[in-house]
Amino acid sequence: MGLATREAYGEILKELGGKYENIVVLDADLSKSTKTAVFAKAFPQRFFNVGIAEQNLMGVGAGLAAGGKIPFVSTFAMFAAGRAFEQIRNSICYPKLNVKIAATHAGLTVGEDGASHQAIEDVSLMRSIPNMTVIVPADAEETRKAVAFAAEYDGPVYIRLGRMAVPDLFAADYTFEHGKAVQLEDGKDVTIIATGIMVGAAKEAAKQLQDAGISARVLNIHTIKPIDKDAIVKAAADTGAIVTCEEHSIIGGLGSAVAEVLVENSPVPMERIGVCDTFGESGIPSALLKKYHLTAEDIAAAAKKVISRKK
Amino acid sequence: MAEKLTQEKVSELEKYAQSIRYSIVEMVTEAQSGHPGGSLSAADILTTLYFAEMNVNPSDPQAVGRDRFVLSKGHAAPVLYATLAERGFFPKEELLTLRKIDSRLQGHPSMKNLPGIDMSTGSLGQGLSAAAGLALAARLDNSESRVYTVLGDGELEEGMVWEAAMFAAHYKLDNLTAFVDFNGLQIDGPISEVLSPLPIPEKWTAFNWHVILVDGHDIQAIYDAVQTAKTIKGKPTMIVAQTIKGKGVCQMENIADWHGKAPSREQCDLFLSQLNELEAE
Repeated sequence: MGLATREAYGEILKELGGKYENIVVLDADLSKSTKTAVFAKAFPQRFFNVGIAEQNLMGVGAGLAAGGKIPFVSTFAMFAAGRAFEQIRNSICYPKLNVKIAATHAGLTVGEDGASHQAIEDVSLMRSIPNMTVIVPADAEETRKAVAFAAEYDGPVYIRLGRMAVPDLFAADYTFEHGKAVQLEDGKDVTIIATGIMVGAAKEAAKQLQDAGISARVLNIHTIKPIDKDAIVKAAADTGAIVTCEEHSIIGGLGSAVAEVLVENSPVPMERIGVCDTFGESGIPSALLKKYHLTAEDIAAAAKKVISRKK
Repeated sequence: MAEKLTQEKVSELEKYAQSIRYSIVEMVTEAQSGHPGGSLSAADILTTLYFAEMNVNPSDPQAVGRDRFVLSKGHAAPVLYATLAERGFFPKEELLTLRKIDSRLQGHPSMKNLPGIDMSTGSLGQGLSAAAGLALAARLDNSESRVYTVLGDGELEEGMVWEAAMFAAHYKLDNLTAFVDFNGLQIDGPISEVLSPLPIPEKWTAFNWHVILVDGHDIQAIYDAVQTAKTIKGKPTMIVAQTIKGKGVCQMENIADWHGKAPSREQCDLFLSQLNELEAE
């Protein structure tokens, strides 16, 4: 097992802190969990705890960016995208200020804390705001590269990170291209498009399908916005069927973004794996993923179903 | 003790304030929408800041190290636009484009649209946080830059204001000076009746701010308070400015209905003639 994406975030943030003097980090009393504490230890003069006050977290971030700094602001996804939505919209995105929101503990795999802390709407909320880019890394290496990209990019970025350790998918020479899908497997019968922690499950599903004689393409879409339209349209043309997989509500996230591209360009049968318009609950992550149908087996079953719908 | 303004300077500033009030009434009338009451109440505060205090340069609005201003009560955009135009940031004729399609003068201040706007505001409660972030950035840069912000008194009902109040005091942002435009009225009526934020000075004192009370229409008093704020170390300063909503137009004064209503053309002519008479005095 590799690192959780939040762990990789803490490491790379510290590294970037040495490279960019203008990086300032804010946290809302969760620095040990979001891993900004790693940066805080290395650069205490550039770390500010705002306390349990997420609206102000975003507002101070906006002010720092207006003053020429590169603020990375962190808290749990629920309290970033959810509680402080309007501050992100009006104080950060409307003036296109250079604030990086690295939100951890996204999705059901927060686990035992339960539904109150399981953000399954954050991608939907964040991608609806003009000027915002939304990135969901799949593993530790992709997180490092995505965070490094965010530091260079001029404008607001939302990076969705997880609590749970995930398998390593990418080697140290991996190149992150903003807005570009990464093809992990090629196939001709169906394309599985996954994001975040579901990318590993998608690869596993492709293996299972191969054993059943089905050839599946696997695309990792780390940038939900701007989304890679070309890769989606090509997948539709080449394979004629699409399955999307995300640890997020099926309303408004990756599945919706892909569906928007498909219906406008090349409609093909599509199935969505995600949280089906319901809240989560307490439990260990693996039990939650099983109960809410976010496993490789669920993806493989959806692939078979979508193939059967092809004309 | 900092030097007093000369009587000549005070008279000059009062003329600017009157001219700004004139512009406010004109531009809101032309737009047939906007917020005249709370713009008129803050005119003397903005005049003092932009014409007697702040280090800003209309020909280089993005100058590094400049002082910053955040209009947290962003609906009072007309007073900010009128002040910036009066100060030379853009032509005064442009004021009449307020709230119209393709205008740089958005209904609420937008920093991407208009030179001289240091922060986009309009959604109440958010400006003090941004001002605190700007003050923190200045401190990290060892800059002499100071940050000013004006909040509405009704705006104090927003919980986020108090998050920012704690933050600014905790991090000892003594380069931050805030004002409350204490005119006592919000859209639905007197602040004490809608949802009382009173007592205001005591709250800020309890949040570890240095608090100064002034008559918000006495330019010398406002100036003195700003000078005092610059001498206070280890604390941000809140200047609670007692003001009159609609100040300068007697039909508008202390009437909540003029919070967000435009005068008719006939009313406007009457109001402008009053302002002219005041200026003549």
